[in-house]
Amino acid sequence: MGEGDNMPLDIFITFFKIGSFTIGGGYAMLPVIQKEIVESKKWLSDKEFLDSIAVTNSLPGPLAINCATFVGYRIAGFAGAISAAFGAVLPSFIIILAIALFFTSIQENPVVKYIFEGIRPAVTALIAYALIKLIRSMGVNIVNMSISLAVLLLILLLNFHPAVTIVICGSLGFFFFRKEEKA
Amino acid sequence: MIALIKLFLTFLKVGAFSFGGGYAVLSLIQKEVIEGNGWISAKDFIDIVAIAEMTPGPIAVNSSTYVGYKVGSLAGSAVATFGVVLAPITISLLVSVYYNKFKHLEQVTWIIRGIRPAVLGLIAAACIKIGKASIADIRGALIALLAFAGVYKLKLNPIIVILISGALGVILYGIM
Repeated sequence: MGEGDNMPLDIFITFFKIGSFTIGGGYAMLPVIQKEIVESKKWLSDKEFLDSIAVTNSLPGPLAINCATFVGYRIAGFAGAISAAFGAVLPSFIIILAIALFFTSIQENPVVKYIFEGIRPAVTALIAYALIKLIRSMGVNIVNMSISLAVLLLILLLNFHPAVTIVICGSLGFFFFRKEEKA
Repeated sequence: MIALIKLFLTFLKVGAFSFGGGYAVLSLIQKEVIEGNGWISAKDFIDIVAIAEMTPGPIAVNSSTYVGYKVGSLAGSAVATFGVVLAPITISLLVSVYYNKFKHLEQVTWIIRGIRPAVLGLIAAACIKIGKASIADIRGALIALLAFAGVYKLKLNPIIVILISGALGVILYGIM
């Protein structure tokens, strides 16, 4: 790992590139990061990269940003982490800013309205599909499903704040699964 | 100035609790941005999710930039985006520094095992709320069913599904 003076700049450019081409967010970004960081630049080994994902996956925030920060730190310390995170965020910031400018001016156009009347129900379908995939990958059992259902009801019926349900379930997990491991 | 501080703190909160990535952040944004502050309407928010689906970058970042722009123009979008990534970046940095200690913390595993199913509940709640706001009549229900069949059965790319649904919107709402 050669650490030249322009290392943070190189990291920034690499993650800017990664951030520019990963449509769909999250997991779509991982193969691209792997190709750039492990295969092209050889900044990390395959194993180190997989470790990074395993760790950052459990932290709050977008996976891509967390992964960029973590990988950036391992390549070039604090400056590397900040360059990587900034590089990964910047493309979507610029693109959405451009869209926000443009979209507000065409939003009232009747054809645009019809297009979005059609797109909105599709968004519901995409989220429902993602939900099914997540349920499958998590594994269906009574404990998991009861927690999911309880959170759903707390939000919809009792108007709980999502952050509160996260704190409750994290604490429950801490006590419940600790006992399970000791038993 | 006060609006910008409020924007920053709101998205700081959204970022700090957005476990599980992607769609998990939707219900946090619904609660804070739509129900709490009324910065954008439920329909505007669904449009942002659709746009996020077709553009690079995480949904959390995309929506913070968009909402920030609506509330406070360029400064607003910068403040909101910085707010949403600040906690994740700080926490990732701390974990990077103390990686060897963190790696062996089984407490983290226990907490995550509790949070993971909760995230599913959050996404389900977001899906139901978005469904209520987006499926207004039989035409909407038809598009939702077709879109679901498209991704589930035909394994179509979500972007293709969104484009087709937009065309269906023009046909069903504009022409018929």
